[in-house]
Amino acid sequence: MTEFSQQVVSGLASGGIYASLALAVVIVYRSSGVINFAQGEMATFATFLAWTFLHHGISYWPAFALTLAIAFAGGVALERVVIRPVEGRPVLTVVILTIGLLILVNGATQWIWGGATRKFPSPFSTRPVHVGSAAFSIQDLGIVGVSLASVALLTLFFRFTKLGLGLRAAAVNPEESRLVGVRVGWMLALGWGLAAALGAVSGMMVAPVVFLDPNMMQGVLLYAFAAAVLGGLASPVGAVVGGLALGVVLNLLGTYVSTFGGQMRLVGGLGVILAVLLIRPTGLFGRTAVRRV
Amino acid sequence: MAPPLLELEGVEAQYGAIKALHGVSLAVGEGDVVALLGANGAGKTTTLRAVSGTVRRTGQISFAGRPLDRSTPEAVARAGIAHVPEGRGTFGELTVRENLRLGAWTRRGRVRGEEDSVLARFPALADRARQPAGTLSGGEQQMLALARALMARPRLLMLDEPSLGLAPLVVASIFTILRGLNEEEGLAVLLVEQNATLALEAASTAYVLETGRVAVQGPAGELRADESLRRSYLGY
Amino acid sequence: MSRRLALHAAWFVPGALVVAFLPRFISSYHALEWARVGFYFVALLGLNVLTGYSGQISLGHGAFMAIGGYTSAILIAHHGMRDVWTIPLAGLVAGGVGLAFGLPALRLRGLYLALATFGVAVAFPALVQKFDHFTGGSAGLVLTLHPNDWLYYLTWAIAGAGLVLGWLVLATPIGRSFRALRDSEVAAVSSGISPALYKTLAFGISAFYAGIAGALVAISGAYVTPQTFPISLSLFLVVGMAVGGIGSLPGSVVGAILIQFLPTYASHLSEQAPQVIEGAILVGVMLLLPGGAAGLLRLVQSSRQP
Repeated sequence: MTEFSQQVVSGLASGGIYASLALAVVIVYRSSGVINFAQGEMATFATFLAWTFLHHGISYWPAFALTLAIAFAGGVALERVVIRPVEGRPVLTVVILTIGLLILVNGATQWIWGGATRKFPSPFSTRPVHVGSAAFSIQDLGIVGVSLASVALLTLFFRFTKLGLGLRAAAVNPEESRLVGVRVGWMLALGWGLAAALGAVSGMMVAPVVFLDPNMMQGVLLYAFAAAVLGGLASPVGAVVGGLALGVVLNLLGTYVSTFGGQMRLVGGLGVILAVLLIRPTGLFGRTAVRRV
Repeated sequence: MAPPLLELEGVEAQYGAIKALHGVSLAVGEGDVVALLGANGAGKTTTLRAVSGTVRRTGQISFAGRPLDRSTPEAVARAGIAHVPEGRGTFGELTVRENLRLGAWTRRGRVRGEEDSVLARFPALADRARQPAGTLSGGEQQMLALARALMARPRLLMLDEPSLGLAPLVVASIFTILRGLNEEEGLAVLLVEQNATLALEAASTAYVLETGRVAVQGPAGELRADESLRRSYLGY
Repeated sequence: MSRRLALHAAWFVPGALVVAFLPRFISSYHALEWARVGFYFVALLGLNVLTGYSGQISLGHGAFMAIGGYTSAILIAHHGMRDVWTIPLAGLVAGGVGLAFGLPALRLRGLYLALATFGVAVAFPALVQKFDHFTGGSAGLVLTLHPNDWLYYLTWAIAGAGLVLGWLVLATPIGRSFRALRDSEVAAVSSGISPALYKTLAFGISAFYAGIAGALVAISGAYVTPQTFPISLSLFLVVGMAVGGIGSLPGSVVGAILIQFLPTYASHLSEQAPQVIEGAILVGVMLLLPGGAAGLLRLVQSSRQP
């Protein structure tokens, strides 16, 4: 039982990382109707930026905040410059475009920082905390905390601020939003900015665990897609729940079923994607949404 | 004679390759209620869209003395025109209150109190303030659309087919509210309506469109009285 | 139709002559490079059939190449088969898997199919490592082969045959059905075309081509490991297809040349420059010239006509 609860918490930590990136994917999908295949690479790039700040002596939380700000700005700029021109073009064009971004950003990361693996510090100590006979890593708890905090902040933003309302409206009904005076284009850009920031959170949480290298987020992106699909591509709540659930399930599978150790978890993630898309494409929380163009 | 609040001169509009308006000219004065009538496909909705910038258009459009013909829908809303489109245009996934808050998007400063006073005018909505707009009945949604438009404190309200699909009693209450707004607040209204009787009762001036052009215009009373005109253009 | 045929023949004949005589003028090393262009060309032919003609996205086509490559390698290393004969078998195995994948893929549209195939691209190396009994795991399989010029001729002979075959198939009712499906599935269904049959067939055909390409890749190297067919391969195939022009069979040559030679020449700048440039090219092409090289050619041709 102790082992079980330890693995659950550990799984929640992984799940929190998946959930953050999944939420980023869903925000972009809801606002622009696009799956950003480069979301993971953008997160990696941001994490490398954070590494550079830390390397230059900036302490952790200020570096964290600075990275989020830059990631946000980058996301906004990306939407305005690269995505806006292809608004309305066929799905295939946009998918390939984001694949191009994936390749470009990954290459840029390697070009600037090289391919060597680096250590990335965690703001949380790796000491365990004992609850009864179980030992939980503070780092795991910290990751869960940060992930949930980001999600909570975002939820507050969407529900209680004017901008958040505008973004929600623009995502659902762009034409009617224009009539009310909402600058839909900038709302979309805001969405991409928030998504980029979320991705940066995800990257900075996972880097201490898997070590920082340019290909760090490829697996995480797969899990994020699985989580997003599981929760229903258009459901932010679903992405978070899906991410946490996926983290726990994959971790438990990895612990108790020997076939699923290590890299095979990727196959598990693929399995989830295929299973959901084939059996219940709208996911757990999605509705068969009619996208109004 | 004060210059009109809204003026269209030779406005043409097209959907892709299909031309829908072939030169429409009309004017709405400060505090006037103007009816835009005509058969299906005559271009009534397109005219409203031309004003709010949601269709490709050419020609001169000016509002409160400033040109509007190059403006985006967002800018038109900021200028003080509230367009309630066909089909209400409410945000089904957002609550009634959120819809209202959205309506005040172009306004700066506190709008909290506004929500309550607008809701006071529409008691049916007040009861459902926290419900998603999509769960409201057709009549309630039309009222919500109207209430949302009011939140922007517009100078001109453009309504597209407010009576569509609604029971006569509901339609009557909507028009009562409209009349109240026009009389108390001096709100100008450009009203597109299939139901010509209703429109002619509420309006002071009327324009009848036919295949993208203004066929007849004049005081609403005259149009109501002229039987042959009514029969040939409005079918009754 | 015959005019188009004449136009295509006008490109094909000189092209074939260039291909046939090239090795006489270049070294063995370069001949191998151009053979590799041939491998990618064959794979791109398949991908174009799938995406350009039946309108289905695949971000994981490297996996089919891997299936073909490993089939070939296993047959050679474990069963001592002669390398040439493994090629068609590799194609058939990959094609079979493609058909099997095509069936469930029917239920996935656009973005969903992209997601699923992306997942395949990311997860496939893990599968290869898992079944190390067959595949030799991360160490891979060693093949004691000595590729030389004959590989070049073999590759381009296969490529040429593949191209002609592709043209023929697309000119037949099968091809027309593909195009009809791509343009409007609703219209196609109402004229009696069964999407299930044709879409699955398209997957099978494109996987067959990819498998053959994979087998050629395997034969050209001394060994086959999971790194021979990495995630980036699937992505670069997409780049090649898009830059050459989606749906353009001749455009596949442009794409293949890009995939093979850009890394070689751009790595003078820096090791990572090729990737950045490829990514930038892809983004640029999608933004400015979604039709790729073939689209550019069409533009030029149509601007010449009065």
